[in-house]
Amino acid sequence: MAAGAAEHVSRTLADHLPILVVLAPFVAAPVAVVIGNRNAARTLAVLATVISLVASWLLLRQVVGGGYISYPIGGWPPPIGIEYRIDAANAFVLLLISAIGTVFLPYAFRSLDHEIPWRNHTLVYCCYLLCLSGLLGIVATGDGFNVFVFLEISSLSTYILVSQGCYRDKRALTAAYDYLIMGTIGAVFFVIGLGMLYMMTGTLNMADLADRIAAQGPNRTLLAAFAFIVVGVSLKVAIFPLHMWLPYAYSHAPSAVTVFLSATATKASIYVLLRFLFSVFQPEFVVATLTPQAVLLPLAIAAMVVMSFVAVFQTDLKRMLAYSSLAHVGYLLLGVALMNVDGLSATIIHLFNHGITKALLFMGAGALVLRVGSTFYDDIAGLGRSMPVMSAAMVIGGLSLVGVPGTAGFVSKWLLVQASFERGWTFAAVLVVASTLLTVVNMWRVFEVLYIRSPNPGSQRQSQPLTSAGGPAGRIADTTGDAPLMMLVPIWILAIACIWFGIDTGLTLGSAQVAAESLLSGSLGMADGAI
Amino acid sequence: MGADTFPTAFLFLVAGCILPLLPRGLPRAALLIAVPVIAAGQVLAVPAGGHLESELFGFTLQLMRVDALSRVFALIFCIAAFLGNLYAWHVRDPVQQTAALLYAGSAIGAVFAGDLVTLFIYWEGTALASVFLIWARRTPGAFHTGMRYLAIQIGSGVLLLAGVILLHRETQSIAFDRMTLGSLATWLIFIAFGIKCAFPLLHNWLQDSYPAATVTGTVILSAFTTKLAVYSLARGFPGTEILIYIGTLMTIFPIFFAEIENDLRRVLAYSLNNQLGFMVVGIGIGTEMALNGTVSHAFAHILYKALLFMSVGAVLFRTGTSKASELGGLYRTMPLTALCCVIGAASISAFPLFSGFVTKSLILHEVEVAHMTVIWLGLVFASAGVLSHSGIKVPYFAFFAHDSGRRPAEAPPHMLLAMGLTAFLCVFIGVHPGPLYELLPYPVHYDAYTVPHVVGQLELLLFAMLAFCVLMRTGIHPPEVRAVNLDFDWTYRRFIPSILTRVLDAAAGASDVATGWLRSRGRSFADHLYHSRGPENLLGRSWPTGSMALFIVGVLVWVLIITFLSGL
Repeated sequence: MAAGAAEHVSRTLADHLPILVVLAPFVAAPVAVVIGNRNAARTLAVLATVISLVASWLLLRQVVGGGYISYPIGGWPPPIGIEYRIDAANAFVLLLISAIGTVFLPYAFRSLDHEIPWRNHTLVYCCYLLCLSGLLGIVATGDGFNVFVFLEISSLSTYILVSQGCYRDKRALTAAYDYLIMGTIGAVFFVIGLGMLYMMTGTLNMADLADRIAAQGPNRTLLAAFAFIVVGVSLKVAIFPLHMWLPYAYSHAPSAVTVFLSATATKASIYVLLRFLFSVFQPEFVVATLTPQAVLLPLAIAAMVVMSFVAVFQTDLKRMLAYSSLAHVGYLLLGVALMNVDGLSATIIHLFNHGITKALLFMGAGALVLRVGSTFYDDIAGLGRSMPVMSAAMVIGGLSLVGVPGTAGFVSKWLLVQASFERGWTFAAVLVVASTLLTVVNMWRVFEVLYIRSPNPGSQRQSQPLTSAGGPAGRIADTTGDAPLMMLVPIWILAIACIWFGIDTGLTLGSAQVAAESLLSGSLGMADGAI
Repeated sequence: MGADTFPTAFLFLVAGCILPLLPRGLPRAALLIAVPVIAAGQVLAVPAGGHLESELFGFTLQLMRVDALSRVFALIFCIAAFLGNLYAWHVRDPVQQTAALLYAGSAIGAVFAGDLVTLFIYWEGTALASVFLIWARRTPGAFHTGMRYLAIQIGSGVLLLAGVILLHRETQSIAFDRMTLGSLATWLIFIAFGIKCAFPLLHNWLQDSYPAATVTGTVILSAFTTKLAVYSLARGFPGTEILIYIGTLMTIFPIFFAEIENDLRRVLAYSLNNQLGFMVVGIGIGTEMALNGTVSHAFAHILYKALLFMSVGAVLFRTGTSKASELGGLYRTMPLTALCCVIGAASISAFPLFSGFVTKSLILHEVEVAHMTVIWLGLVFASAGVLSHSGIKVPYFAFFAHDSGRRPAEAPPHMLLAMGLTAFLCVFIGVHPGPLYELLPYPVHYDAYTVPHVVGQLELLLFAMLAFCVLMRTGIHPPEVRAVNLDFDWTYRRFIPSILTRVLDAAAGASDVATGWLRSRGRSFADHLYHSRGPENLLGRSWPTGSMALFIVGVLVWVLIITFLSGL
């Protein structure tokens, strides 16, 4: 499928997988709006997400041994046409995003019913589909400008999704506004950097960019482009101190939206960062700019420690989880800053492990919202006893977040600590462990609130389903007992996954290592290496 | 399934999971005492060697490493679990029952662990399971004590894990074998062991938590955690000289606290600490005989300490208090309990014909042989102290002394049975030490019953008793009063927090000033930036978003400077 051989070759569906992943939700979104029916939108969302999941699974199977698949859109050979390039790194992230989407949907049905008026639902599912396709597109594409386009698609739909939290909490509107401003600045920085690159090289294809940057050697414009791109993407990743939008967005957005975002949005952005650092600018170039030591490392450590501390003092479960996400961004970034195979594997595997863990915990928070209408510690006190099945899953999630051996979180932290030692940065390993202790404090508080504290009848608010806004009250207003089955099943799928991937690391660790090796070896350029 | 294909610990862990499913009452209590018996049979049957390797994260975990050292500890743990559970026959609280099984299982699992990762897992297991024995009292005080206990125990586990990781970096091995102090890794592991072993200044969790547990919980607690630490030290650091000094200190300093303490269970907790000191000295000497002494002393110690906790527990069970000032004269109605208590007291004081005599003398003999006079004198002093506070004080103030007027009923039959069995073992070992010596890791060529030794010991004990009598008669002996005695834990429970609060207040003040300064600087900077657009209004309304944008600029400038200065 190299440049020359691409014309008029009959293709099977299997050859179209790279575009199919992105296209399925992308096409489903407008169709859902045209049909204009809430149930149809749900069905379409499920269908499209499952197609993406299957496609990304098939793709990962093809590239997990190494190598990449190149897919020229419309048969136009790259670098003129847009190229989709799938290797182990992005196939793995594609799988994470589409898998989270699949698990998240049944949960979201119930949670969104509760938190968003029904008249908005068609559009909400449409936004979800656009967001999903945007995230998948960011990851699948091999074209720099295409990244920007998909970044905007996903971001714009995310702003809308976050703002839907206003029916439960008016602050969602400010949160969405902040996110909009910040996200736009980030995107602008990114596109400025991209423009500079285009100015210098005359191409937008990542592999081609890599070739031409290498041929050209470093200069001021390239360095400025590098800085703009790193900062722009860092904002999307929510690296400390560019993180302020995230806690607001996560804690005020509808619970289901938070689940999806926390597990996918920052992860896709981290992927973009990796892709640009290692496949557009080469690893040697990145090392020579001193960015890993002088920018990524201090920010990573600050995020790990400071954000963990901030999380300790929160009194709202969702907000605490949001700050802990920021701390985990620190771990991800530390893995990148290490610039070795183990560190990068740790980052990639932690993308996945933290994604499922945090999705699980936010799902638990959403189930609590369904019962008591809030996630303040005072309001959810003692609910562990009245919601035993759901809370048991949250305990598993909490252990995985801490990194207890036998859970997914342990695998990635262990790898990160080992990588730090390998690099000789003992202090980084120590700080990882120290911030883990803070996570223990955080999660212990949650367990204590759920299980040990007695329910607080004075402050416990009854859940207020959105009857006035369009939903039939009778079907939702069961405010006692455990979470509904539609929520429990996704929650427990993730809980089991947290344990499964803590013990059987074949899939995650295998893909992560292949991905890390291929990223660290730099871009393969335009040379014909596709499988 | 053969005896060597199933880890002994799993027997307990599986039973702990089944227990809540059984009907209350007899089936559960029967399971509780059946499991240790089956486990003891397996411990004796399983052949020596390494069994049951399992792969985890590329490490080979060895779940069953059976040799003489681990076998004897596993055996005494099984016996202790049996006796403790028999003593707790009346308990109907599934939390305590499950915790007791899981706790014993974890301790046995740790003893059989052939590698440090397995050890770590069970190490944390003992901490997590045992805290429920404290919480089971269900009082706010017990809850907070449990939290402190848990924090320290988990802290020990975290140190252990950190040490294991570092050790693996250095040696590429996770085998749990002899280590030498020197690197950070081994020091961390050493301190982790030391916390569980209640080294001086790391000891307070013991006196804090054991007396806070339930009547039966304390009996179970007293057997496992600290002896697991003794086992770990004996396995990992035999012959480490510093242990001799630590151990000697450990034998001496608790004596003073025990003398003035009023709560008899707390007295016993201090004396437990003191007895651990003897074992630690034995490990520090590290010769075959000394290690034999440590192991046999641990074996005997678990029994007589359990016996003492049982008899004081029976008093607490019947009267609702274990304070010396509120007890006395109970021998009239609890004669059998009193007898058992006296047997336990005679054993811990190392009277000839009781278990302490034949085990402690192994350690003292080695100290003598090695010509460590100061250490030897310290240990002898400590032995006299033991007699005073555990041998005399506990039975005297509980069962004799001035009559408190209490006339409680005799302990229930199952408690008496448990105490009777334990007392029998204490006497049996003392009279007939051969079978215990057989179990020890190294062959024993020692006879405790020589004339000089017996006479010497009796002299020591009789003079100590005389001193007690004189002190009591002259009224110099510290009176038993209700009081709270400050120990080292005051420093980290009151003193350091109070300092910390002040430091934090100061830091908060400083950070307020700093952020105020930053904020005003940032504000004036932004004022300057947006001067032409009437900034005051805009800034006041949307400061957060604006500050976020400022941060972006800051980071961009930083990255630009770094990359431009990098020399590319």
